[in-house]
Amino acid sequence: MQLALLLQRTRFYRRNNEKSCYPTGSQFHGGNKLIPGPFTYHPPSSVAEAIAVLAAHGDEARPLAGGHSLIPMMKLRMATPEHLVDLGAIKELSGIRADGADLVIGATTTQAELIKSDLLAAKAPIIRETALQIADPQIRSKGTLGGNVANGDPGNDMPAVMQCLNARYVLHGKGGERIVAARDFYQGAYFTALQEGEILVAVRIPTPAAGHGSSYEKLKRKIGDYATAATAVILTVSGGKVASAAVTLTNVASTPLFAEEAGRLVIGSACDAATIKRAAEAAKAITDPATDGRGTAAYRREMAGVMTARALVKAFARAKTGA
Amino acid sequence: MNDMTPAQREARLEGVGCKRKRVEDVRFTQGKGNYVDDIKMPGMLHGDFVRSQYGHAKIKKIDTSRAKALPGVIAVLTAEDLKPLGLHWMPTLAGDVQAVLADGRVSFQNQEIAFVIATDRYITDDAIQLVDVEYEELPVIVDPFKAMLPDAPVLRPDLEGKMTGAHGPRKHHNHIFEWTIGDKEATDIAFSKAEVTIKELISYHRTHPSPLETCQCLASFDKIKGELTVYGTFQAPHVIRTVASLLSKIPEHKIHVIAPDIGGGFGNKVGAYAGYICSIVASIVTGLPVKWVEDRMENLSTTSFARDYHMTTEIAATKDGKVTGLRVHVLADHGAFDSCADPSKWPAGFFNIVTGSYDFPVAHVAVDGVYTNKAPGGVAYRCSFRVTEAAYCIERGMDILAQKLGMDPADLRMKNFVRREQFPYQSALGWEYDSGDYHLAMQKAMDAIGYKALRAEQKAKQAAFKRGETREIMGLGISFFTEIVGAGPSKNCDILGIAMFDSAEIRIHPTGSIIARMGSKSQGQGHETTWAQIIATELGIPSDDIMIEEGNTDTAPYGLGTYGSRSTPVAGAAIAMAARKIKNKAQMIAAHLLEVSEYDLEWDIDGFRVKGNPSRSKTMKEIAWAAYNSPPPGLEPGLEAVNYYDPPNMTYPFGAYFCVMDIDVDTGVAKTRRFYALDDCGTRINPMIIEGQVHGGLTEAFAIAMGQEIKYDEMGNVVGASFMDFFIPTAVETPKWETDFTVTPSPHHPIGANGVGESPNVGGVPAFSNAVNDAFQFLGSTHIQMPHDAWRIWEVGQKLGA
Repeated sequence: MQLALLLQRTRFYRRNNEKSCYPTGSQFHGGNKLIPGPFTYHPPSSVAEAIAVLAAHGDEARPLAGGHSLIPMMKLRMATPEHLVDLGAIKELSGIRADGADLVIGATTTQAELIKSDLLAAKAPIIRETALQIADPQIRSKGTLGGNVANGDPGNDMPAVMQCLNARYVLHGKGGERIVAARDFYQGAYFTALQEGEILVAVRIPTPAAGHGSSYEKLKRKIGDYATAATAVILTVSGGKVASAAVTLTNVASTPLFAEEAGRLVIGSACDAATIKRAAEAAKAITDPATDGRGTAAYRREMAGVMTARALVKAFARAKTGA
Repeated sequence: MNDMTPAQREARLEGVGCKRKRVEDVRFTQGKGNYVDDIKMPGMLHGDFVRSQYGHAKIKKIDTSRAKALPGVIAVLTAEDLKPLGLHWMPTLAGDVQAVLADGRVSFQNQEIAFVIATDRYITDDAIQLVDVEYEELPVIVDPFKAMLPDAPVLRPDLEGKMTGAHGPRKHHNHIFEWTIGDKEATDIAFSKAEVTIKELISYHRTHPSPLETCQCLASFDKIKGELTVYGTFQAPHVIRTVASLLSKIPEHKIHVIAPDIGGGFGNKVGAYAGYICSIVASIVTGLPVKWVEDRMENLSTTSFARDYHMTTEIAATKDGKVTGLRVHVLADHGAFDSCADPSKWPAGFFNIVTGSYDFPVAHVAVDGVYTNKAPGGVAYRCSFRVTEAAYCIERGMDILAQKLGMDPADLRMKNFVRREQFPYQSALGWEYDSGDYHLAMQKAMDAIGYKALRAEQKAKQAAFKRGETREIMGLGISFFTEIVGAGPSKNCDILGIAMFDSAEIRIHPTGSIIARMGSKSQGQGHETTWAQIIATELGIPSDDIMIEEGNTDTAPYGLGTYGSRSTPVAGAAIAMAARKIKNKAQMIAAHLLEVSEYDLEWDIDGFRVKGNPSRSKTMKEIAWAAYNSPPPGLEPGLEAVNYYDPPNMTYPFGAYFCVMDIDVDTGVAKTRRFYALDDCGTRINPMIIEGQVHGGLTEAFAIAMGQEIKYDEMGNVVGASFMDFFIPTAVETPKWETDFTVTPSPHHPIGANGVGESPNVGGVPAFSNAVNDAFQFLGSTHIQMPHDAWRIWEVGQKLGA
């Protein structure tokens, strides 16, 4: 949950001065920021039941996963849902498994469970590497992958990682199931392809090639902070040269960014300094960060480049050269 | 005790010098502390504020009708309701007035507008959303320099026409006071004759003490008895009681102010806040207990800020590096109301310690306080009044001078230190430094850190950087600070006319155990542990047999509380003096019991023995029994004493801090490789607690220097007033601390102790900032403003073409 971004989305927002990214007048009107307004709590035991409750209450209902974004917003009274639909008791929403060519992760699987998974560590180590950089151990034991990717907060780390892995999101709603690619899911800060009454039930990840190299480079002010800028890289190497590469960026625009050009530029190279520099420039070119407490827009754009360069170097070093 | 060796008897006391474990931690670590919010009373109501959304606005209308209609809401107070009581404004510690609830105008964002009281915490907050406030926005000033422009908007229309304030004439409608000290003429002459001068605007940004526990209170007025009980987060409970009595007209003996366990203060809990007044009024109005608890955003954005000092610093020197004069002009941003917590005659605190550890023949300081549309407060965040600003000013200034002279900054300091034989030393700005051995401390620190080798390494790294072989640069930050703490002597220190003494009352029970009460109030400093150690050494009773109580104004002797590192210098002295009164009486009793003259007795660890015949002795425990049951004829029974201690002088702790920092120029990320802190706080009562204090203070200093900031945008919005943005380092970010010490006992303090709690904050900030500055010096940088967060450091690199 990022305050400045949320401010822009609240109806209190008024922009009187173009020089500042903050509105005049805070949305806070006093009161204790630990006390949410009244709401009804629903703990459904199946996805079907959850969808029925969401459908019954329309936009007055919100699904609740780990709660580490929604509940602070409710305490600040920036979100005032009248109905909370807690997905925590739905067993089918949790778990990590291999399914054919895919890795499937249930939506309410916590970050701590991602970290513990030997399957993920072996097949897609970037997930553990990223999860370990999210918040702190307490939050990771509650925060879920589904919440992290479905909330649409550009500060969240997993959306870019899922884009990097070319994951698909499995969504359930009144109309049944539909699949949306992570690279098509994000429309703006807190705006996603998720429709009213729909919940994300699982993430399907095409298992990355054996021997691939990956890295998630995140610059942050301190433990628990969102990225000033971060870059995910997954690449494969053949004959000492990059054979395939995906590069994605966190928190340097209103959505995660798939830096297609940056990835394309390193293919065929041995990640030499000149190529890395060109790729970092390509990544920077698509960013549109906001000035906030983490730094100016110019700084954060530059850091997207630095993180991209470092992630590429690290991923290349980690990859096993194929025949 | 005959079966124990003297060393065993000494050790059993766990007295001064013992690394005694903190006794209060037994309850804190088990969740058994008793904080204000733990206290619940029958029928208790909950109050909370409607706050201003704007930095500066007229209030056209407050409609409380919808809120009052909500079931469970008892009352909604506005300035109109407080007016008949004369409590809609309150006097501040600094001689100004401050709106308790906005009186037709708000002057900073989140200012208190209405106080909603309801039966339930949730209802209170629901009702707050139902109070409708209609505003008319006014132009906002958040920059103190702009506040002083001729055409700046008038920020305090209530003061219009009053061209004299509590501290003399006002030069401008947004001006509060001008405070000057030193010999201006002589200083100007020194500058006109100087071979070398430097001049730099050194700003110390606005930050906040942010204790873990926010400010809170629970007020309960008993209409039948006419008595008011207030539990609160008070660093100075006795002063709060006096102020409450003066404001409410309730006689002081009918007010019971109790500060229970406090979860950190750091200056935040010295002042009197609207929340206290409103809960007291609400309790008097409703006849029920009313609790007010601040949340984190309220704490960071309303009750007290720290620093916001903009110091134009000039030093004059000879070519070979001898300082000849210091001239500082400070623009002090005090926010919307001047509620700075300083001794009353000191509107800029003890900023005149700004000559630091150096022998300046002449100096002059002028401080202009100004109003802006920012929160009031101006507390000493873990520093004696404005001492951290002064230390930062001079320590940065000395580095800038060293750079101009092409001298090593350590050499420059060594060359200009006040020498050991000069103590007691009269500073050019009026203080009498009681003791110190600066050269010894500096040399010990330089040897410990390996100063010469680090400079050589830095030189090699700079060359490598210039050759393009690395993107990392290295900074070596030095801070040699002298503090002034222990406010203070009644001849120059008071708060609202109350002299700044402190007190102790010690009572020995017949079985030889002790209860002792002080006018100080621990907020985490460990007084229950250390105060007992002083008594143990003075009276020979084991620390474990001594109970310490503070914070209850009904039982504790009057004292001015705990802040400004004053507890050990003042209350600690009172404890020793009270104990010595007891010891004198005990000697008379022992002489009676041993049938010798008092003068034939000598003190021996835990009792008196006959000189030349050590087998004849009486322990303090035996004496205690006799004091009650068989006192010498004519001597009143009992064994207790009270002391009110008016210190003859301040104390002057000092230290040498070194910070070794590596900076990644590409990201601006700074990593502290080593941080070495040598403190001289005189006699060391509990080395473990000192070390803990130093660790905590250094962590705060690290936070402040490297990014902890209360920031306003130009429209008066306070940005980043939550722990998401306000930098509180975790164990991961915090550097590893190396601590060390020298011991120069204070000559005028009964046990030679100087106070240490604030030294690491005062000395730490310049060490970090000087490290950052030092790192960029070889690229042509002279001064980089704090805070040094990564993006700002990166910008410096960009500007220097690094």
